[in-house]
Amino acid sequence: MSDGSTTNSSGFPNPLAWLGRGAIGLFAETGRLAIFAGRTKAAAFTPPWNLAQIWKQIVAIGFYSLPVVGLSAVFIGAALALNIYTGGNRFGAEQFVPNIVVLGITRELGATITGLMLAGRVTAGIAAEIGAMKVTEQIDALKTLSANPFRYLYAPRFLAACITLPVLVLISDIIGVMGGWLVSVFALDFDSTTYLRNTIDFLTMEDVVVGLIKAVIFGAVIAIMGCYQGSKSKAGATGVGRAATLSMVGAAVLVLASNYMLSTLFVRIGI
Amino acid sequence: MTQPILQLKGVEKSFGSNQVLRGVDIDVAPGNSLVVLGGSGSGKSVMLKNALGLMTPDAGQILFNGEDVTHDQGREREAMRARIGMLFQSGALFDSLTVWENVAFRLLNAEKMKRSDAKERAIETLKKVRLGSSVADLYPAEISGGMQKRVALARAIITKPDLIFFDEPTTGLDPITADAINDLILEQVKALGAAAVTITHDMASARKVADEIAMLFEGRIIWRGPASSIENSGNAHVDQFVNGRADGPIQPAI
Ligand SMILES: Nc1ncnc2c1ncn2[C@@H]1O[C@H](COP(=O)(O)OP(=O)(O)O)[C@@H](O)[C@H]1O
Ligand SMILES: [Mg+2]
Repeated sequence: MSDGSTTNSSGFPNPLAWLGRGAIGLFAETGRLAIFAGRTKAAAFTPPWNLAQIWKQIVAIGFYSLPVVGLSAVFIGAALALNIYTGGNRFGAEQFVPNIVVLGITRELGATITGLMLAGRVTAGIAAEIGAMKVTEQIDALKTLSANPFRYLYAPRFLAACITLPVLVLISDIIGVMGGWLVSVFALDFDSTTYLRNTIDFLTMEDVVVGLIKAVIFGAVIAIMGCYQGSKSKAGATGVGRAATLSMVGAAVLVLASNYMLSTLFVRIGI
Repeated sequence: MTQPILQLKGVEKSFGSNQVLRGVDIDVAPGNSLVVLGGSGSGKSVMLKNALGLMTPDAGQILFNGEDVTHDQGREREAMRARIGMLFQSGALFDSLTVWENVAFRLLNAEKMKRSDAKERAIETLKKVRLGSSVADLYPAEISGGMQKRVALARAIITKPDLIFFDEPTTGLDPITADAINDLILEQVKALGAAAVTITHDMASARKVADEIAMLFEGRIIWRGPASSIENSGNAHVDQFVNGRADGPIQPAI
């Protein structure tokens, strides 16, 4: 069609044109995101560091996420224990509840749940804050005052998220295992001492480290998506709202996708 | 003829199919005050952002003190920005910083001045825009719109720039506050001996601060002359704008 529209004469979307345009748009967007991420990392790993800003972001990202991380972890641990018990029951393997809970939480769920919760709370918050600065010309003002937004705004958030996420995941691991223990002891009649002994026997350093490495990557994803979408925000309240939504969805999908890729990698190299 | 401090030569800028600037030619002499008139959405802010390097022109050149800075990056760009002050249309104060930290932002960050010295300089500069030291520790959200404009003005002049841009300094203010802001701008620009480029659609503001007036229309500068000749410019577009009539060669943007 001459006007390049994706609707044909019958008024229905032309699926091929729609797909083609979507694919081209996706590649272009991925490229822009990669360049943005590269510049953020470059600013984050070279001095001078804005320690005051980094500390402020650690408090904003880390400290205020504790309630949401703790609550999600306890419920996931509890639900995991219940499901393993029910499943294991079918072939008499219910005694493996503590082992599978600690493995599942440390290798997988502690990091994923924390990553997803923060993709909501933190990514959207960063996007809204940066977006509001963009549309009120504060980012332009930074540049005219010779402050580089990558150094002044994005790098501190990136570093703070990469430092904070592993700590939050460690806390989430502990609380998640505790959630499993609570359900097992108080609802499923496990003996508390035996449960805890099995947990500690089965707990390995490697599984915990796998979760923490994932956490660092999730931290990077969360901060970069928030900053990227915020910095592209269009004027008006709808523009900022849209930036927040896009950043959140993008971060959640990227957390899950990178989780799968990292899990594959760790299985390949045998840890 | 003296070397202009700023020159725009054939500057073009489009957003998609929206051709905003179609070849802007203008220059500003050192110490001179130029007012650029233009309707809402005519591209006044885009013109300033190109001049400052916040946007890159699609075609044309920006010269600062005779040097081509159109594609400058990094150190050269910073050297130019250190000599220029900018008052944004929305004020653009950083809402996470206090008033004095806003005013002293360049001193604290780019120039690494000690906080106590920077605060002293900020309070001195606030005094120049008739704000007492009591506002220094407030946040921008805690002061009125007129006071925010003054703080933004203080931030623009604290490093004694050679050239200051004012993007609609009086828009959104009541006429009395607007007049006070105009007085302050005039006084501070003269005190610094700086050149000024003010963009506005407010004729009262233009008459007060301008040495020279230019008019931006359909992406070009269509008229330019001394401020005193604005009433008899002999240009139908300028006449319509000066007298604020809806009918004439300029179609209202509604
Ligand atoms: N960053 C941008 N992206 C796309 N369009 C823009 C951008 N900035 C300005 N425009 C468009 O350029 C035109 C001129 O805008 P502007 O310079 O802000 O007008 P004004 O003269 O009121 O300051 C408008 O149509 C606006 O939509
Ligand atoms: Mg404007």
